[in-house]
Amino acid sequence: MASKKRPDSRPLPGDPALRRVLLHSMLLQRRFEEKVGEAYALGKIGGFCHLYIGQEAVSTGILSMLRPDDYVITTYRDHGQALARGMSPRSIMAELFGRVDGCSRGKGGSMHLFDRNLNFLGGHGIVGGHVPVAAGVGFAIKYRGGDQVIVCFMGESVVNTGAFHEALNMAALWKLPCIFIIENNKYGMGTAVERAAAIKDLSRRSEAYDGMHGEYVDGQDVFAVRESMERALGIARRESKPVLLEVRTYRYMGHSMSDAVSGTYRTKAELDEHLKRDPIALLAARMKEAGDPTDLDAMEQEIKAVCQDAWDFADASPEPPLESLYEDVLVETGS
Amino acid sequence: MPIITYREALNQALREEMARDDRVFLMGEEVAVYNGAYKVSKGLLEEFGEMRVVDTPITELGFAGVGVGAAMVGLRPIVEFMTWNFALLAIDQVVNAAAKMLYMSGGQYPMPMVFRGPNGAALQLSAQHSQAFESWLAHIPGLKVVTPGTPYDAKGLLKAAIRDDNPVIVLEGEMLYNTKGEVPDEDYIVPIGVADLKREGDHCSIITNGKMALVAMQAADQLAKDGIRVDVVDLRTVRPMDVDAITASVRKTNRAVVLEEGWEIAGIGAQVVDYVQRHCFDDLDAPVLRVHQADVPMPYAKQLEKSAKPDVAKTIAAVRKVMYLD
Repeated sequence: MASKKRPDSRPLPGDPALRRVLLHSMLLQRRFEEKVGEAYALGKIGGFCHLYIGQEAVSTGILSMLRPDDYVITTYRDHGQALARGMSPRSIMAELFGRVDGCSRGKGGSMHLFDRNLNFLGGHGIVGGHVPVAAGVGFAIKYRGGDQVIVCFMGESVVNTGAFHEALNMAALWKLPCIFIIENNKYGMGTAVERAAAIKDLSRRSEAYDGMHGEYVDGQDVFAVRESMERALGIARRESKPVLLEVRTYRYMGHSMSDAVSGTYRTKAELDEHLKRDPIALLAARMKEAGDPTDLDAMEQEIKAVCQDAWDFADASPEPPLESLYEDVLVETGS
Repeated sequence: MPIITYREALNQALREEMARDDRVFLMGEEVAVYNGAYKVSKGLLEEFGEMRVVDTPITELGFAGVGVGAAMVGLRPIVEFMTWNFALLAIDQVVNAAAKMLYMSGGQYPMPMVFRGPNGAALQLSAQHSQAFESWLAHIPGLKVVTPGTPYDAKGLLKAAIRDDNPVIVLEGEMLYNTKGEVPDEDYIVPIGVADLKREGDHCSIITNGKMALVAMQAADQLAKDGIRVDVVDLRTVRPMDVDAITASVRKTNRAVVLEEGWEIAGIGAQVVDYVQRHCFDDLDAPVLRVHQADVPMPYAKQLEKSAKPDVAKTIAAVRKVMYLD
């Protein structure tokens, strides 16, 4: 956890090249999602669409520490993690546009991004439902004697579901290599965490399970997130034990596109306060302070072009053909 | 051919398939140390070890999800529910996860897994332990649903389910576990989606599935004494349903009774009747009748329970009615 001192009084971890990669990952998510918001307003994206803006240090911090053969599973707020895992902006945007070149061939949409090649096991739409699934992936890793881990992202409201308890209990009981990440962005839709959870420090839920390590970390500081994740990996990968990380962050947008940014369940003043700790601005400032070669403008230009290219690609991609309606309900199987 | 129980037939299927493919594992409540609440998994822990025969806490939602996750990354889980009544706690994993994963991932994640356990009423277990869920599960695209009624079908269908690359629901019958029948020693499967004409006759068709196949056969025996010859079409699989077998039989007999264990409204029988009216409209000599559970939660008292359940007498009465004998 960051100390009360100014966090930038500490030496900056990593080297300039790594820091640039982290900044690029976070900035790509931010600009991509701004583009998504634009496309949604124009009616190019339909259905539910949950933006991740403000939480980018979580996805980047966690996923930058993983190996390609590790597994990732997440919720319906999945664009940021998909990008941070390395999914192509084109395939994500095409999915959001409901096109055949989308990562899920236009069948999933915003809430269900999947990429088998990256072991990205999807965005899942039922709050809490994917947490036992993550335990199952952990079980399979152990079953095969592998040393991968599964990272399971969830919002803070998940800690109040039965599925969360059932999954963590089994993960602890069976010593499964699962890293459960609570992204505490303070609101489950419009309900503040303190109005929903009868516990303040959510990471303490780990105490209900013998041998499960739990900790919380500042989710606006990508280095703090990485440091926690390094500890988590040590436990999950080397000791094959589950870990519960609470990453404290903030979402700058509404719950979904139909939710006002502020005014109902939170004030503009509260939002403004959190905007002062924008994870991207914090990182950029610290890099500047450390004297890293600053090519922020060039990076912005490059990312802008990538996002526009994703949009153009998605726009040009055809809708899935009608004959695909009945495809992928079942696989052909020779029993 | 050896004569064994339905329970032993399921046990053979599990043992053979686990020996055949080391990605196959069994998990559920009491499946390992206790040898299964109904002893279906007897001896498997000893043979395959605790990684492949896994006792779970009483946590249906959780362990059904563990099965889903394991299937996503290449294992072939068999998830046992102590009864399907308890599976309601896990229905999110069955319906929202297992049945949808392939489709919503655009074909990337097949779900080669089995959810199995006893379904329907036993004796005097009352409202929460006596429900037949065929129609609930058959409603969901992305699932296959099989309901074996004999030891032969139990072994063959379970083996087919385990080898299938899709999520397959296996609805067993608690009252069937002790029933006996011929089961070959050799490896065989009963293909999913194929009905079985369990008895041939030309006066009326009884179309049924699962535990009710036994009731239909008993009804057929009694009807034969009065010279009434019935076809007994055991659907065996209720999703996908063998529409050809239904229509072939009804076109021959021109009369049909649909017998199912569950409730009437939106039941399996409603779907069968729909196929019959669409495909056999001009062949029918009488309206199709249905025999099913009374539209009430299952009562405890013996007389009330008997009255609520579909049975041989009700089936015979329905057959006689569609033949205009009564």
